[in-house]
Amino acid sequence: MPAITALNAAYNAVEQDPGFWEELAYLQHTYTGRPTPLSFAARLTAHCGGARIYLKREDLAHTGAHKINNALGQGLLAQRMGKRRVIAETGAGQHGVATATVCALLGLECVVYMGTEDMSRQRPNVFRMRLLGAEVCGVDTGSRTLKDAINEAMRDWVTHPDSYYLLGSALGPHPYPTMVRDFQSVIGREAYQQMLEATGALPDVVVACVGGGSNAIGIFHAFLDHPDVQLRGVEAGGRGAQLGEHAARFLGALPGVLQGTYSYVLQDPDGQIALTHSVSAGLDYASIGPEHAWLHDSGRACYTLATDAEALDAFQKLAELEGILPALESAHAIAEALKLAPTMRSDQTILVNLSGRGDKDIFTVAEVLDVTL
Amino acid sequence: MSRIAQTFARLRTAGRVALMPYLTVGFPERDSTLALVPALEAAGADLFELGVPFSDPLADGATIQRASERALANGVTLSFCLETVAALRTRGVQAPLLLMGYYNPLLRYGLERACADLAAAGGDGWIVPDVPPEEINDLQQAAVHYELDVIMFATPTTPDERLTEIARLASGFMYCVSLTGVTGARQDLAHGLADFLGRVRRTTSLPLVVGFGISTAEHVQQVAAVADGAIVGSALINYIAQLSPEQMIAGAATFVQTLRGTHG
Repeated sequence: MPAITALNAAYNAVEQDPGFWEELAYLQHTYTGRPTPLSFAARLTAHCGGARIYLKREDLAHTGAHKINNALGQGLLAQRMGKRRVIAETGAGQHGVATATVCALLGLECVVYMGTEDMSRQRPNVFRMRLLGAEVCGVDTGSRTLKDAINEAMRDWVTHPDSYYLLGSALGPHPYPTMVRDFQSVIGREAYQQMLEATGALPDVVVACVGGGSNAIGIFHAFLDHPDVQLRGVEAGGRGAQLGEHAARFLGALPGVLQGTYSYVLQDPDGQIALTHSVSAGLDYASIGPEHAWLHDSGRACYTLATDAEALDAFQKLAELEGILPALESAHAIAEALKLAPTMRSDQTILVNLSGRGDKDIFTVAEVLDVTL
Repeated sequence: MSRIAQTFARLRTAGRVALMPYLTVGFPERDSTLALVPALEAAGADLFELGVPFSDPLADGATIQRASERALANGVTLSFCLETVAALRTRGVQAPLLLMGYYNPLLRYGLERACADLAAAGGDGWIVPDVPPEEINDLQQAAVHYELDVIMFATPTTPDERLTEIARLASGFMYCVSLTGVTGARQDLAHGLADFLGRVRRTTSLPLVVGFGISTAEHVQQVAAVADGAIVGSALINYIAQLSPEQMIAGAATFVQTLRGTHG
């Protein structure tokens, strides 16, 4: 707790410090490559025959996903706090790669915890992290995925309270959900302006995949005060609706506490955390960011799901029709757009957060398609 | 006076440090706890911390996590742990029995119901490591109503003003975490333990009980010099795990006697 209290105080201090945000904006521009573009998906739109689909291209940010936005912000905070060692957890490996990247940039020691199940699904990212100088520690407990990596990172942090814990999603104890949202909200701020420039209006629907929920909260946030803009989060429907076969928290999850967050948690009747499944490691988590729980309960956002099969289909469609390999996480959002667009008019628009690129997923996709690489 | 307070008062008069074994309920077998607790009480244990297994035991090291996984595989639930407490009282166990568990199973069971059932079973309190003082009120309200103690944690990194606040909320005893880290057997006790316990002592007149990393009779003796009790968890679980089913009860009792310094 003292470490969290200190983090909260440090974040409150930089929130009021224009110098911090100027430095972050400078690095976002010169290092990350922001603003990321907004692409009109012409052939995907024609294929669906309905609403026009726009893609916010977080896949084009340095390291290939939105995770760099948060890693850079928290990395600068760690530096301001005088920390020398950074701990992170990772699911798909994108947050681990982003954290390893920022630590290399800022000269910080980096230790990344990753479930061994995820390490085998995301071999390229494991190697990338090691190339970037990070130590990758396999976690062989529980479901051997993101949840267990977070447990291990938190254990490291209580053992080394002088380290900085760079949590990757809008989860965990306060101030993480707020801080991660603030660092990711650059996505929505840019997309808001870009949609106005491209179409003269705000989008009718904003779609984003939701694991912990950082890319979704990042793009939703700029549109919260515009009730005409519908916000849709897409969870991992996995292999089916049975507990253990998916990671769709709004499909039967109950309020609970996991890893310092009170939110919806997939659990059994005895309060044990349920196993989850998704083809995408980044969505494979039993709880959801608390702000999404609130957006769900207040009705401001709605949440739906895409199955493994739908996500894989969307992955291939985006590749063939737009020349973009999406991350399997982001492919869940594309799958929702594919369902939604034909039900809408051609003068309406859908903004999809393409949160990451899919190069990391080619082994998983090849396996599903029964192709030997 | 609560059973916990009576126990510490009696030990203080006798000039003895309290020995509190930690056992994961339903480890290694589903009904092991029913045999282990009476045997360890007879061997010199004074209070018991009974672990309710959880899928994600954040504050625990590998030993207790593995024991929890085994207990969960044995079908152990919070209901079963409450039944175990009741069964231990039926078998004549006198020592205070505290349930140590993570918050989510308690929330799912219902805090009020959990406290009612623990009190009815003859239990004495809760140890819940993943609820910070800021969030402890709901559990504490329910516990006070049923005259149960909610044990609070102090750690070496807790600043003095926060210690004062924790002491204000504490009852039963203060759980003093000997090191910055998670549970697990260790070679040596942390340096600076006496200073840390001195800081805690200035905030409370409650008994101070030291846990995390206590593994040997020497550790228990060192703790006896500066605190009122010692919790032995992972070292005991490790020891039990390597015993054959036939040796288990007698072996665990011998281990506790050794910790007490009354054997060998």
